Formats: sequence, structure tokens, C-alpha cells
Amino acid sequence: MSEITITMPQLGESVTEGTVSQWLVQAGDLIEKYQPLVEVMTDKVNAEVPATFSGEITALLVEEGETIAVGTPICQLKVEGTDDLSESTQTPSENNEKAIDEAAATESMKQRYSPAVLTLAAEHHINLADVTGTGMGGRITRKDIKQLLANQDSTTASAASQQLSETSTRKPHEKKLKPIQVDQLPGDLEIPVTGIRKAIASNMVRATSEIPHAWMMIEVDVTNLVSYRNAEKKRFKELEGYNLSYFSFFLNAVAKALKKFPELNSSWAGDKIIQHKEINLSIAVGSETELYVPVIRNVDEKSIKGIAKDVHHLAKKARTGSLTQADMQGGTFTVNNTGTFGSVQSMGVINYPQAAILQVESIVKRPVIINDMFAARDMVNLCLSLDHRILDGVICGKFMSHVRDILENISGDTTPIY
Amino acid sequence: MPVLSYIEAITAAMDEEMERDDRVFILGEDVGKRGGVFRATDGLYNKYGAERVIDTPLAESAIAGVGIGAAMYGLIPIAEMQFADFILPAVNQIISEAAKLRYRSNNDWSCPITIRAPYGGGIHGALYHSQSVEAIFANQPGLKIVMPSSPREAKGLLKAAIRDPDPVLFFEHKRAYRLLKEEVPIEEEVIEIGKANQVRAGDDITVITYGLCVHFAKEAAQQLNDEHGIEVELLDLRTVYPLDQQAIVHAAKKTGKVLLITEDNKEGSIISEVSAIIGEQCLFDLDAPIKRLAGPDVPAMPYASSLEKAFIVNQDKIKQAMLELAQF
Repeated sequence: MSEITITMPQLGESVTEGTVSQWLVQAGDLIEKYQPLVEVMTDKVNAEVPATFSGEITALLVEEGETIAVGTPICQLKVEGTDDLSESTQTPSENNEKAIDEAAATESMKQRYSPAVLTLAAEHHINLADVTGTGMGGRITRKDIKQLLANQDSTTASAASQQLSETSTRKPHEKKLKPIQVDQLPGDLEIPVTGIRKAIASNMVRATSEIPHAWMMIEVDVTNLVSYRNAEKKRFKELEGYNLSYFSFFLNAVAKALKKFPELNSSWAGDKIIQHKEINLSIAVGSETELYVPVIRNVDEKSIKGIAKDVHHLAKKARTGSLTQADMQGGTFTVNNTGTFGSVQSMGVINYPQAAILQVESIVKRPVIINDMFAARDMVNLCLSLDHRILDGVICGKFMSHVRDILENISGDTTPIY
Repeated sequence: MPVLSYIEAITAAMDEEMERDDRVFILGEDVGKRGGVFRATDGLYNKYGAERVIDTPLAESAIAGVGIGAAMYGLIPIAEMQFADFILPAVNQIISEAAKLRYRSNNDWSCPITIRAPYGGGIHGALYHSQSVEAIFANQPGLKIVMPSSPREAKGLLKAAIRDPDPVLFFEHKRAYRLLKEEVPIEEEVIEIGKANQVRAGDDITVITYGLCVHFAKEAAQQLNDEHGIEVELLDLRTVYPLDQQAIVHAAKKTGKVLLITEDNKEGSIISEVSAIIGEQCLFDLDAPIKRLAGPDVPAMPYASSLEKAFIVNQDKIKQAMLELAQF
């Protein structure tokens, strides 16, 4: 015994529905195959629907007068001897859906790019290797890219403002570059960068990456200075026990010029420039492997002898490694005695955050023309590096000219040693 | 707004046009007293008389030929082919005469005929009552082929076809006649020929089709939206020749995933041409291969239910194809 459902048949080519006009059987009736069950009226025809099986009517599912679509169940029939016909079978579409889900789980399509995806990726500089695809087999769909772009658009605005505030507060030395890979050669010696070397490195990087450097050089005739110093040096050494160096005269001249042009005796402080009253000159003192920049305080208040004494002491301390932190603080301008290594021209790196650095080169005897005649003169180049944020060429030119005037007019009268 | 079935909308369109213009008349087999085998001309014989609703012999070439002659003479004929399958004897008249008349006469003559014919299967019609024949006419410049997808569209497009100064083939899906019902405005609505219609907007996949398949695609799209959240852009071509290329390109570019559907045999069908247009103009916007869902390349729709079901494009097949494309 099994239950069979009889459905509304198609009664014409354009017929999609029909109205049950009269039932010809009742529930409980025993019927034969092909016996009329029901009268149905459609737009085109009135027709009797015959039974497709023999059996017992168990239920009528549609009332008389009801209009129903083709395929709608109209009655149920109990049939003898046949197997259950209403076995459940999986529909093909369900099978297909499963197959699709399985395909989506693999990555087989990850690197198969459609023209639309390639076009969008090229337009917006997207690296497709970084994109996760939601399509079949992990394929990146056009919609994946569009969603990525939509997300980027909404975050770009906030990222931009964040970046802006970061740059304004960021300390310049925090900007770090990745070290490059250096090929090792046989016999190479590795020297760890520590201590003073590390400090020098970071100061130089900071100074060169932040300060917009500009340079200028003047030539000074120091013939008078040379003869003055030569006349005095022997006596001085005997009297004081240390050398009367040229450098002391240069420091003296620079201090006097800074007094006149305080613009150069200043520091950069981000949103302001600080002009210093004290003239504290940093001097570069080097050893074989290291460089120190100790400070001679209030140089403008000191005699040539006083300056020479400070230089001597600081140099000695540097050589013995006994310079203290206090010795190196408070500098407002740096003078570098590059002439001691024989240099005649150099471009100094400014001692951050000062405004400028002056390099005193070697004194060299050279032929020069004075009053249309050749003369053998002691000449020296002075090289200035300036922070162009703080200083401009005009003021620096005036400063350098003043230094030259002082140096060219040095004598026992203008510049006493004591 | 009254609810009209697809066939009632067609009757209403002819009725209104005959009332508007005395030159409009109907000719075809059984269109008079019988009111047409599908009842498309029901009531018109009584209203307009035997001179304007003319029963003809069983000779399709004559129906088309007489109509073409009357059109050249200044009348506006609506010729009915009882089934699109039987239009073939009239092909010479339609392609060689109607389509080419304006061109051949250097614009002196025109042929404002409308030829209506029920097409399509899924109704146990078998070979001679199930065919889709639009592709036969779809490379004949001078012809227009209109295939409406709903009662409202059918009414508005048939009125436009009757008013068109050149020949229009108007194919009506016979299964849609009593399957589709919708509210149709009482006020006059004439829908421009040559313009496709966006039925549904979406950004996941684009479906382009025409005729009764629009209805199934619309239903399937709603199901996919409910079940999977898939948004389907659905374009109804309305006029299958000449095609609204602009609308096709626009819809295809919108999602880059295109499904084309026809009930006709696949090879050389209307959607093959749609596919070519997209291939020519949208390459860099395509995100998936252009997909065609169509009948198999088999000579005829079978009679047996199971085979007919296997042959015909239906809502389940459309839904499955849409889902596969969306997941690609």
C-alpha cells in the first residue's frame, strides 16, 4: 500500500491554471484507472481529469470553485502493490551547490586574474599577492578589489591627518633607515659601533638630515698674524709652559665678530630661534679614533693667553680621555681647526642645534697681488657652514668680512696677548 | 489600475489602436469570429466588424503578403501568425519585401506592418508549437523584433509597434499569456522600441535576457537575494533586433559577470550577438567568462514531460546558473 498524489494536469498549450468546477468522486471511493475524477474549467476548455492509478481516494485537496496552478496537488490516492513512489531524492541543484562550496575551499584559482581585476589593480597600484579572494577556488573577484578600494578610501582620510600630526611632533633622529647588506670579504674586521662613535654617527645624521646646510669661504691675509705670533711664541712658551697657537687668535677674532653679529650665535629650537648672549665656542678636538667637541666659555671675555690656556687644557683632557660632560655643554658656535691636518678647504657639518660652524684651514705662503705687484703672503681660507633656516648669505658675508678685518689687522696694539 | 493578463494586455493594445486610427486592421487565421485560438482578438470582430478583423485562409505567406500590400497602400495591418512555428512560409515576404521596401524604394515606400506570433515552449506543444524563431530574422536590417516580458510591457510595446512606420515582428510567449498578470495603467503608455529596460539593479552579477525568461530571472533573482544576499542587475532587452548596445554595455560593465539567457537553441541565438557586443566593448571590465544559458542544440522541444523539462530553460536552471556565476 502506498499514497499517491494526483496533481492538476496541463489542459492546453497556454493553460497555466484551472478552476475545479465539480468533483466526480468523494473520499473513500474506490476508483479504476482512467475513471474521471474531476471537472476542470480553463480559459480554453472544460475537461474531465482522469485517474492515473486504480485505488482508494483518501482525500480531496481542493474545493469546488477554487482556481489552482498546473502542478498543484488535487487529491490523494491509496494504491495497492506499488512501492513508495515519493522517495526522497536529492535535487541536482543541491549537489551542484556542494560542489561549488568545495571548489571555493581550494586555492586553485588564486592566481587566475580576470581582465577587470588586472585593470583595477594596475590603476590603483594594488599588489594582487596581498589580496584575499572570495571567488571560486580563492579567485580574486572584481568585487574583492572594489571592496578593498572602498575600505582604503575611508581610511585614507584619517591616515593622512594622523601622518600630519606625526611629522610635526616627530624628532628627526627617529627617522631610521634600514641598514644595507654589506658583502663580507675575507680578512674583514668587524668593529662594533658603540659609545662615542655611535653618538658621533647619530649627531651627524641628525645634523645633515635636518639642517639645510649652505657654505661660504673667504681668503684671509694673515701675514701680520704670522709675524706677530712668531715674534711672541718662544717667550710665551717659556713663560707659560704651553704653546701660543694660531687657533687662539682665530677664536678671539670669531668671538669679537659674534659680539657684533649675534645672529650667528644662535640655536634652532623648532618653532623659534634662540639668540645667545654668552659666546661659548665649541672646538673640535680629535684623537686617532674619536672626536670631542669641548667648550670654551665666554671667549669674548678672555685674553689670547686665557684662550690658549683653555685650548691647551681641553686638548690635554681629550687626549687622556678625562673630558667630562660639563666640559662639552653650552656651546653656541663651533670653530674647527681643520688646518692642523693640512686641509685647505672643507665643508663642515654644523654642530646641532647651533647656527653655524667655522673651519680654519692651513696657513699657506702664496704669491698674491698687492698694488699690482706680486708679494709673498701668508694666506688662510676660512670656511663657514650655516643653517639656512636661521641665517642667510648677507649676514654671514658681513660676519666673515668682519672676521677677516680683525685678523688682517692683528698686531701687538690691537690684540695684546695678555 | 486594472490587473490584466499578458494576453488581455495585447487585446487591449489592439483595441485602443483600432479605436484611435481607422487604418488599423487585423488579419489572420481564426482571428475573426473565433477571436483567435488563444483569444487574443476576443471581442474585436464584434466591435469593429468583418472588414477590420479579417479571417484568412491557412496560408501564412498570404497573410504576410496581403498585409505588406495593404501597408504599402496606406493601411496599418496587424497580421497574426497562429504560431510562430508557422511563420516560415512567410519568411520570403517578410525578409525580401517588408524589410527591404524602404531601402529598395529610396524612401518612397514604407511598410508599417506589425506581425504578431506566439512563440516558446514549456506547454507540451512539442515540435510545431514550441519554437523560438527570432534568431531567423535577427540579421535583417529593416526589421525590428520586439519580445515583451510582462503584460504592461506587452501593451506599451505593441502600441509602439503598430505606430512604427516600418515592419515590426512582435513575438508573444504563449506560456506567458495566462501565467503573467499585473497592474496595467489605464492611461495610454507607449514604450519606445529599441530601448532595453533595467528590471532590477544589483552589483554582483548582470543577467541579460528577454521575453518570458525575464519573469523567471526576476523570480530567481529575488530568491537568491533572500537566500544568499546576491544582488542581480537584470536587463530586459525588450527589442532583440536591433539591440540596445549602450544599455547592454552599461549593464555588463556594472558587474563584469554576465549571464545571458534565451529559451532558443544556443548556437547563433540572440544572446550570441549580445555576447559578441560585450566581448568587443567590455574586455577590461570582465570578471568572468560571459555565460550563456539556452536550450540545447537539438532540433525541437520534445513532447515527453521529462524531456521537455530537460530541454527548456526554467527558473531552477536560471537560479543555479546565477549562483554559479556569483560564486565564480
